[in-house]
Amino acid sequence: MLLTLLLGLFVLSLLAPLINTFSRRFSGWLLSVVPFIVFILLAVKIPQVSGGYYSTEEYSWIPELGLIFSLRLDGLSQIFALLVTGIGSLILIYAGYYMRSYDKTSRFFGYLVFFMASMLGLVLAADLLTLFVFWEFTSLSSFLLIGFKHERPEARQAALQALLITGLGGLALLAGFILLYKVYGTFELATIIGNPELLASSPLLLPVMILVLIGAFTKSAIFPFHFWLPGAMQAPSPVSAYLHSATMVKAGIYLLARLNPLMMSSEWWVYSLSLFGVFTMFVGAWMSITQNDLKKVLAYTTVSALGTLVMLIGSSTDFAVNAMLVFLLVHAFYKATLFMMAGNIEKKTGTRMIDEVGGLYRYMPVASAISLLALLSMSGIPPMLGFISKELIYEAGINAPSAAGIILLLGFLSNAFILFASARIALDVFLGKPMFEKQPKEPDISLLTGPAILVIISLLLGLLPGRLTDSLLNPAMIHILPGSEAMKLKLWHGFNDILLLSFLTIVAGVLMYIFKARVTALVSYANLKYFKARFSDGFFGLIDGFMYLTSRKTAIVQHGYHRFYLMTIFVVASVLIALTFYGWKPKAELAQNLQAPTFTVLVFGTLIVVSTITTLLAKSRLVALISIGLTGLGIGLIFIEYSGIDLAITMIMVETMMVVLGTIVVFHLPRYLDFSDLRSRQRDVVIASVFGLLMAFLAFRSFTNPETKISEYFVENSYLLAYGKNVVNVILVDFRALDTLGEITVLLLAAFGIYALLKLKTEPK
Amino acid sequence: MEVFIALIIGFLYGASVYMFLRRSIVKLVLGIIFLSHATNLLLFSTGGFLRGSPPFVDEVGSDASLPVADPLPQALVLTALVISLGVTAFSLVLIYRFYKETGSVDLDELAQMEKK
Repeated sequence: MLLTLLLGLFVLSLLAPLINTFSRRFSGWLLSVVPFIVFILLAVKIPQVSGGYYSTEEYSWIPELGLIFSLRLDGLSQIFALLVTGIGSLILIYAGYYMRSYDKTSRFFGYLVFFMASMLGLVLAADLLTLFVFWEFTSLSSFLLIGFKHERPEARQAALQALLITGLGGLALLAGFILLYKVYGTFELATIIGNPELLASSPLLLPVMILVLIGAFTKSAIFPFHFWLPGAMQAPSPVSAYLHSATMVKAGIYLLARLNPLMMSSEWWVYSLSLFGVFTMFVGAWMSITQNDLKKVLAYTTVSALGTLVMLIGSSTDFAVNAMLVFLLVHAFYKATLFMMAGNIEKKTGTRMIDEVGGLYRYMPVASAISLLALLSMSGIPPMLGFISKELIYEAGINAPSAAGIILLLGFLSNAFILFASARIALDVFLGKPMFEKQPKEPDISLLTGPAILVIISLLLGLLPGRLTDSLLNPAMIHILPGSEAMKLKLWHGFNDILLLSFLTIVAGVLMYIFKARVTALVSYANLKYFKARFSDGFFGLIDGFMYLTSRKTAIVQHGYHRFYLMTIFVVASVLIALTFYGWKPKAELAQNLQAPTFTVLVFGTLIVVSTITTLLAKSRLVALISIGLTGLGIGLIFIEYSGIDLAITMIMVETMMVVLGTIVVFHLPRYLDFSDLRSRQRDVVIASVFGLLMAFLAFRSFTNPETKISEYFVENSYLLAYGKNVVNVILVDFRALDTLGEITVLLLAAFGIYALLKLKTEPK
Repeated sequence: MEVFIALIIGFLYGASVYMFLRRSIVKLVLGIIFLSHATNLLLFSTGGFLRGSPPFVDEVGSDASLPVADPLPQALVLTALVISLGVTAFSLVLIYRFYKETGSVDLDELAQMEKK
């Protein structure tokens, strides 16, 4: 069934352009039907999965190589799969309306659904290679969607940046998976994860870990790869809401969660996740302070959220894993909502700069209400689900196995910064003074459906969190941290230190808002003074440097001088041939088996050598041509001597024709000139002699190395099967007739070419 | 015998390489001809050196006591011969055309023309 669901989505991605052309008006609603059905079908499996029954499907892919395409729906896959299809359907409804003002939307919907299918495949994959294929699909569709407005250079650049960084991560990941295969002899996830001891005792543990971390960190925009995500905001808002906040950037999180049981026993794993996670959490929140573009603010808080998720996985306590899953859901709900709202604001007011809008509640009360609830969730204020998740994160921080102090401090600051960002959006954009002459209208129902549903879910789950625990969290948790158990989620924990922390966070955030101007100025000053590193610029500097290096290298290697290309080839060939003689010893009995050259052959050979030398030294083209013809004749005579009658006939005819043809052509060419100086001639003589000598050795070696001949067959069957007595002819026209046909074709092509070259009239320059 | 033929093959290869490394385009074509000569001879010689026994059979099939020359290399060389005729003819006309278009038979000049 899983495969059917997946294929259904992939087919939909092919049909999406058709559906969109069929009805531009309702394309979003129509398109969301299939993902929604998939969502329902997955949702009805919740009881099964929480009961420990996982549906697994295997299809042999390339059985000779042991490649299997396999899918599995377990607790962890389920939570992600529901997010992907559920939010996906809502986004499609939104995008159907949002994209109406754009061109080429058919393509857009194709990409978007393709992404959805790939992402679903990624979380359902039950073996590493299947996972990897879908992983790359998501990178690819992300590239296409970020660069959707490809007329804009910034969009192209951001798309390229995202592709290169996630592509780099993808390669690292593939290498990591291959190493895992070397350790386990299988790509099957269940087998690998079920036996962490094998990897722990293997020297490949550290390389695998580093490669997997690079893969996950690039995908999930974790420091130092965080910079592509704000750039990706060039994409239309539905894409930002879907790929770059709710789903694709969570692929790295998914992978880390999935592989956590495998590597959590290693300290390196725990430390790198905690360290990079905490740092990213802080950097993202910090960077969001000075942003003015709504989508950039949201992007940096997304970076911060991703860091938080990574840190929580790294902590690997019951609290942390529980918090991570809740936060994953919360963040997907509120961030998708807010991105969609940012798109709405841009659509209705023409800008998404925070200081250019204000007082939107007067014009769009419904949209403002939805956004304010989402912002409450983002700030972690009751009664939204965001509050519960923030409490859990603090709890996890307090219970962190190491460095609890630092995690708590940075977590506190990050939360305060994010609260500040929420406050700015809430108070400056939706409340506050109206700043418009023209009154923006309430967004249409299609643009509000998705956000409204997500916010309502967030609110309901915030009020009644208990349902979540048994149905989704517990089944997922055991895959991240075996043996762990989810806590009963409650909105009200009673008065304790965590509540105090929450309270302090709110106070800090509010204080920051009150001194907004000063805080922003201070942070921008600090950014200018101390954090000057521009990751994105550095990245493109790297690319430019690489391009420069490549063009320099090409200029050296591709110099344009024909004979030096050939010289390189021959010198390299000589070295390679010489290498084949390494360790070669002629057999002892060889000397006896050698035949002495007969007199006739000596004469023919002398003819060949003398005429060749004449060609080499000839001052006249005609002499050169005639003597090279003589060389050919000498070879023909050797053919006769050693039983090659057909060959000799052909050779003599070919040589005659060539001399005739050559004479005609040369007649039209200028006289021979000596271009080369003595030194280059000496050098060429050395190269030619070495190559010739090596070829002589090679020829000799091949004569004295009798292998089993395959010719027996032809000799035996020439008359029996083909009724021909001349075996050579039978081979040509019967046994290998198709080759001869090819040969005739070549001749024909050469004839056409010659005709064209002779008749072609070109415009005089 | 083997040594002698091998030396001739090597000599032809050397001649072809030397011609390849010249600047004149005519010599380049001569190099191509030498290269195919050398290769044909090499290919032919791998069938062994059997005198006066061309690969013919009579109606009852072959008789193992009367060995014939290996027909396979001969068939290969025959094909190669015809192809090399095609290649040589084509390259001869190509240099003719090259001269008509550029007024030069010097390959180094071609490189400089490209650079400009």
